[in-house]
Formats: sequence, structure tokens, C-alpha cells
Amino acid sequence: MNRINKHRNILDFTLSSLLRRKRKNTALVLVYILVVFGLASVLFSTQALKREACSILQRSPEVVIQRLVAGRHELIPTSYIDKIKDVRGVQTVKRRLWGYYYDPTVGANYTLMVPDDPAVAEGTIVIGKGVARTLRAEKGDLLPFKANDGFFVSLEVGDIISSDSELVSSDLVLMNEGDFRQITGVPAGYFTDMVLSVRNVKELPTIAEKIRRLAPDTRPIVKDDILRTYETIFDWRGGILLVILAGAIMAFIIFAWDKASGLSSEERKEIGILKGIGWETSDVILMKFWEGTVISLSSFLLGCVFAYIHIFYASSALFEPVLKGWAVLYPKFRLIPYIDPLQLATLFFLTVIPYTVATIIPSWRAATVDPDSVMRL
Amino acid sequence: MIQVMDVRKVFNAGRPNEFVAMNKVSLSIPRHEVTVLKGPSGSGKTTLLGILGCMARPTSGRIMLAEREITSLPERFLTEIRRTTFGFVFQQFNLIKGITVIENVILPAYPTGENPAILKKRAMELLSLFNLSGKADSKIEWLSGGEAQRTSIARALMNDPEVIIADEPTANLDSRLSKEFMEIVSGLKEQEKTIIIASHDPIVYDSPIVDRVVEMRDGKIISGI
Amino acid sequence: MIFRPPIIALLCGSIIVSLMLVYSAYYGVMIVRRWDISSGSELQLSLERKTYLLSTIMSYIMAFQLASFFLFIFTVDDIHALFVGAMCAAGTLNVNRFGYPTVILKIVNFLMAGVWLIINYTDNRAFDYPLIKKKYLLLLAMTPLVILETITQTSYFLVMKANVITSCCGSLFSTETEGVTSSIAALPRIPMEISFFVCMGLTLASGIYFYLKQNRSGYIFSALSMATFALSVAALISFISLYFYELPTHHCPFCILQKEYNYIGYVLYLTLLGGAVSGMGIGALMPFRKITSLSTIVPVIQKKLVIISLALYMIYASISIYEMIFSTLRLEGY
Repeated sequence: MNRINKHRNILDFTLSSLLRRKRKNTALVLVYILVVFGLASVLFSTQALKREACSILQRSPEVVIQRLVAGRHELIPTSYIDKIKDVRGVQTVKRRLWGYYYDPTVGANYTLMVPDDPAVAEGTIVIGKGVARTLRAEKGDLLPFKANDGFFVSLEVGDIISSDSELVSSDLVLMNEGDFRQITGVPAGYFTDMVLSVRNVKELPTIAEKIRRLAPDTRPIVKDDILRTYETIFDWRGGILLVILAGAIMAFIIFAWDKASGLSSEERKEIGILKGIGWETSDVILMKFWEGTVISLSSFLLGCVFAYIHIFYASSALFEPVLKGWAVLYPKFRLIPYIDPLQLATLFFLTVIPYTVATIIPSWRAATVDPDSVMRL
Repeated sequence: MIQVMDVRKVFNAGRPNEFVAMNKVSLSIPRHEVTVLKGPSGSGKTTLLGILGCMARPTSGRIMLAEREITSLPERFLTEIRRTTFGFVFQQFNLIKGITVIENVILPAYPTGENPAILKKRAMELLSLFNLSGKADSKIEWLSGGEAQRTSIARALMNDPEVIIADEPTANLDSRLSKEFMEIVSGLKEQEKTIIIASHDPIVYDSPIVDRVVEMRDGKIISGI
Repeated sequence: MIFRPPIIALLCGSIIVSLMLVYSAYYGVMIVRRWDISSGSELQLSLERKTYLLSTIMSYIMAFQLASFFLFIFTVDDIHALFVGAMCAAGTLNVNRFGYPTVILKIVNFLMAGVWLIINYTDNRAFDYPLIKKKYLLLLAMTPLVILETITQTSYFLVMKANVITSCCGSLFSTETEGVTSSIAALPRIPMEISFFVCMGLTLASGIYFYLKQNRSGYIFSALSMATFALSVAALISFISLYFYELPTHHCPFCILQKEYNYIGYVLYLTLLGGAVSGMGIGALMPFRKITSLSTIVPVIQKKLVIISLALYMIYASISIYEMIFSTLRLEGY
């Protein structure tokens, strides 16, 4: 009971002394909140984007077969399908026909794709929201595509993909096979790559081995590989942002140290009085500990809350330029709010702990003032 | 009650600005008496006061408090003893601005971990002794000189100490308030407290209730042992 | 290296702690050489002031070690997807030879910091700082261990490489990585169960005996409590965790820290670590019972430590037994 009361009393005094020095503490708290806000925004957004990407990728095919010639991606002849279809364990084999198209009028890259089912009618296209926005196109508009042979092909916009799937469909242009081959110049009898589904995932290594023997110039890419690679890319991107913010954290630590060391003469006098009337060094250290805790916890909480609002309700308004980069066709979407204990723990380690370490020595120095100094004031 | 033997206090030892504040001082403070330390500034009386009040450790020499040696006690224990045995009144009152009178009075007892309600009750009793009950919740800045003085004495009495130590208590007060102070001291003496005052004010050292005047100069006691 | 925020946080934190400890060690050396409680010199006074700083630093280090242990496990679990064959934290730790040593060092450093704080608390209750030199010698002994932990953890994270797509093929065929299986040596069940319960019982008995008699049996209790710690962890891996997972083959000691199991792992680990620290503290204080200034203090503290240690171990045992009885798993014939 004794110890609890002691903490209560000292905490009481700490709160009152914090409020008494509003100016100095407000500056510190604002900077603290800013640092937490910046870091939290980066962490929340990269984490949410990563999760979004991974959940979408979960629906990608089990195995993608690509053909490589001289280390570069090459078209696959149709005969390969028959070869691979017969491998035991392979459930379905589908050929995919897709490619990129650069539109010089707006400086944007579209992804052209030929869906099998339902197929797009000849002469029409289905476009993604991003394309529609960039070209200001609507249903019924005619869009010109420059074909590989130099001539133009005009296609009518049949439909626009709804914005629910903007993250994946924003830059899509779905078209008929004939139109596709005409524009891209991919000859009949060839396609871009193959997707497989297998009966038993555990047999993947064996199946992949067999495919390599049958078609040695192909490489099978398993879904897990894609997921892993994407995660790593995100990590690098997030990591780079973090390193940039490291400078901010360093400045914050120095600022915190300075604030903690730079006791005003008023504060110094106060601690001298406390020591004079019977407070021990460890009591003053305890008071400084509570001071730091109150400041840290409130700044941390507010910083996280603001970051949450920023990322998930204001759609990372401050980060947009960085994230967009050169992308012209940037999808408009709302991130699904997601935070987990690991993120919060990381934030804590990167903000509160450096702050605490920066204030240990200054707090101690303030607390070890001689009690009889109060008489020399 | 308190005995110091051959006590020396040196600041900045071994450096060019070495300063010997107290040089082989021996003194004995008896119980229930009022002792006054008299001397010009720089005579070492403030340093002596600090050592008597367990606020500082001597560079060499020994201190006994109630027959118990406290020379080498770690700060933790010294503070514990100081908190329960001594009450301090300072020259500038040294009350903490921005908090109320009653909070100032309770401050010395915060680290003891006692129930805050009990502490508040005791503080109110002390304030009423000094006719300050009405001012309990006022901020320090609004007090008159006399009220501030009585508040600082009330604070000194918070932990019910045996010894009261006052450092130049009347230096910033007019004659009326100084005489009032000595009356309070006389009341404390009647309550069997031991009182040590450092002062160069004649109202203090010429007062009839003073039992002994110890004169100091240049870190040494020159009379009054 | 895998560049994730939690990993950066762990590395930076670890470096900061090492630096703080080296700083403390520097003053520790000064204290061991120049401390003299009877002197009133300015050096002595400044050393006494320094001890406040050093014990504050040590308290923070202990709290940090505990937090970083759990953060490490969490982080390591989070990145398991990047390695072929790694199902959870246990798999990730097997990725290179620094994984498990880091975990062990973290636990060791936490325990040592805890024991140091217990000795510090005891030392502060006496009038003449009787244990001051021994205390700071212990701190000097801890410093290389903490630095070693930082080096090991950093190596662990620097050396590891995610299994990503290479230019020739998917990672299925990359010859460097064989699947990283979470193979934790799980000791045979029946002998483990017997040893575990016997050890717990002995610890309880010796604890009560020591509480009543306050004699040299403290050494026995301390040794038993450390054995209980080791056996409890082994038991957790060997059979206790199975009941939580309701799977006879899931031996991982880290998955119970996850949300799916209501974070019960935290309670189990915290009780074990707490019990171990208090038990070790008793052993550490035993040689000092005879010192005059401590003769009344040490027994009181030791009594408190026994109660804490036994209470925590009993909580651990109760939760384990409860789960063993009420889980739907029945381990017949495994």
C-alpha cells in the first residue's frame, strides 16, 4: 500500500508540474507526436498495402509457366500445351494472352488482356477505371490503338470495369483475341504464358521437374514464390522510407536530450527545494520517470491515432506523391484498416525507447542536485 | 543531540579554486535548546547548517545524531533520517510557485507513501495552528510576507520533526514579522523542539529565548562553544 | 538481409543497450577500484551519485530485454513465410546457426539483469553498501554477454536471405536451400512428464522447507528452481504445448504466443522467467547472509523471493495441468 501511495503522490505532483510548464512541454509533445505520426503512417500504409497485395495474390494461379530465351521472356507455341497437359497430376492447363501497350498521347502504359470466358466481342473493349479516367472515355467511345504494323485499329468501349477491383484492374484493357493479335503482332499459334492448376499441391516439385524435362526452356513460377518476392519488395520499399525517417528520429532524440538537460532555473530551483525538504534522489528520479511516461504515452497514443486517420480515412494524403511516382494510372482505392500488435511494438521500440534513453542521463543529473544547494539559492 | 567532531568541508579539492568552507569544526547541539549560529557571509555557517541538518556529508570528521554515527550513511538513509528528524525554514521561504498552500505543506511527506487523506488532515491541522486555514487552497503567489513565512514553518513541521533548522529566516522580513517569527520559535521551544538558527540579525541573536550563540568566521568557530 | 521495421527496431535497440552497458561498465570499474564508503571525498560522493544512474540504467535494460525477447519471437514468426518450409518462428530460427543462440542469450541476459536488480535492492537496504563491489563485478561480467547477444542477433538478421525467385527458376530448385523444417528435438514423453512433475514437487517442498528454516537449504532450492525452469521449457516443447495445439506433432514453443491461442504463451513464459529470476536471486544472496549489515535484511528478502518463485511456478503448473486435463487431445501411445 505504501508503495502505491508513494507512486500516486509523486505522480500527482508530476502531473501538476507538467501543467505548470505548458510552453516547454507543449513543444516537446508536438514534436513527439509528429515523429510518431510520421513513422506510424509509413508502417501502417506499407503493412496495409502489403496485406492487400498478398490477399489479391492468394487468388493467383498455382503455377505460371513462362518461356525464356537468352534470359528474356519469350512467347510460347501452342504445341507446348499438349506436352504439358498430359503430365500426371496436372488438373487444368490454360493459355494466357496478354501484353503491354504504350499510349503516347497520355504517356500511360495499359495492360492488354484476352479473357476466355466471357470473351469480349470483336471490335469492342472493356477498360479499367484508370484508363477511363485518363482518356476521359465513356461507354460507346471509339479509342484508337496503333498496331505493330503501323496502322491504327479503332475499338469501341463496351464496358468499364467497376472501381471495386481498381487495385488490379485499373490499367486493364480487355479485348478480343483477333484484335489483340492484330495490335500486338503476336502471331497465331503463340501465346504469352501458361497457367496450371494441380490436384495435389505437395506434388508440385515432381510435376515441375517433369515439365522442365518436357520443355527445358520454360520456368515454372509457384504462387508462394511470387508471394515471397512481393513481400521482400515491399519490405525494401518500406525499409528505405524508414531509413529516410531515421534522420527525423535522430533529430528528435537530440531535441529530447536538449529539452531534458536544459532545465530552466525555475525547474532547477524546484528540484533543489524538493531535495531540501526531504525528497531523496530516487524520489526525484521516480518523478522524472513519471514525467517521461506521461509524455511518451500521450504522444504515442495521439501520434498513432492521427496516423490511423491519415492512412485509412484520408488515404495517405501526405504520401501520395511519393507512392505514385511516375505512375499516371494510379488506382483510387481505400486501404482496409489494419494494425497489429507487432507494428505497435515496433513503433514503440523506434520512438518511445530512444526518447527514454535520451532522457535517462539528463533526468539523473537533475535529480542528483545537492540538497544543501537550496540554501545557496 | 547533534555532535560534530573535527569536521572539514572542502570544495573543489586539489584544484586551483579549492575552497575550505569549514576547517576542523567541533560543536555539540543540546536538545530542547535554541542555538544561533552567527557570522558574516562566507564564514561557513550555511555549510555547518547543511551538515548539522544531514543535507551534506563532511569531507572529513565525524557526526553523531542522538548517539548514532551518521558520517558515512548513504544518501538513502540520510534522507530518511532528515525527513523524520529535521524541518527546514529557508531564507527565501522557497515555496513552490504554481501550487496551493496546502500542497506545499504536504510536499515533504509525499515520498513516505502515507495515505494522502491522512496527510491532508495533518496539513490542515498545521495550517489552522498558524491561522492559515482560510488560505489552504490559495496559490502561493497571493500570500503576504507573513502568511508565506507561516506556510514555510508549517511545511517544516509536516513530518513532526524533533529539530527545526532555519537559515537566515528574518533576512527578508521587517521588524514586526521578525519579532513574530521569534514568538513562533518560542512556541516551538515550549513544545520541546530543538532549534538551530543561522542569522546575523540582532532581533534573533539578542532574543531572550536563545540559549546559546555560536560565532563563526572563516570556517572556524571563534566563540560560544 | 530482410529489411523490415521490427528487425531494424530490434537491431537499433540492441545496439543502444550494449552501449549503455559499456558506459555503465566503465563506471563499474571505477567503483570497484575507488569505492570507499567511509570517505567523504568528492570522488566518493560523485560515485555514490553515479550508482543511482547505473541502477536506473539496469532497470531499463531488464525491461528492454524482456520486451525485446517477445518482440524477437514475434518478428521471427512474422517472416516465416519468406523461407521455404518454415511454418512458424521455430522454422525461421533454424534458417542459420545464429537463431537459437540469440534466443538463449536473450533469456540469459534477462535472468542476469533480474538477479543484478535483486542484489542491488538488497545492497541498498544496508547502511554500508556491503555488496557494492561484487555487484559491479557482476555487471562487468554481464557486459560481454550482452555484447555477444547483440553480435549474434545482428549476424542472424544480416546473414538470412529470403527465398525469392531467381532468374533461372523458382526457388523449388535452388540448391542452396533445402526446406527449413522446424525440427525441435522433442524428448520422449513419459520420462519428460515424470521428471517435470517430480522436479516441480521437489521445488515446492524445498521452497516450503527453506521458508520455514531459513538455512543453507536455500542453495538447494535455488538449484532446484533453475532445474525447474529448464525442465519446464523442455516439458513445454515435449508435451505441454501439444495440449494447447491439440496436435500430437506440433512441438513448437512459440506458437502459443499467438492470438489463436489467446496469447497464453505470454503467461507461461512470464511465470517461468519470473520464477527463475526469484529462485536464482535466492541463490545469489545466500553467500551474503553472514554479513552483519545484511543479517536482518537478507532473510526477509529471501522469504519474499521464495513466495514469488513458488507462486509463479505453481501458476505455470496449474495452467499446464488444467490444459492437460481439459484439452480434447489424448496422448495415448505416443
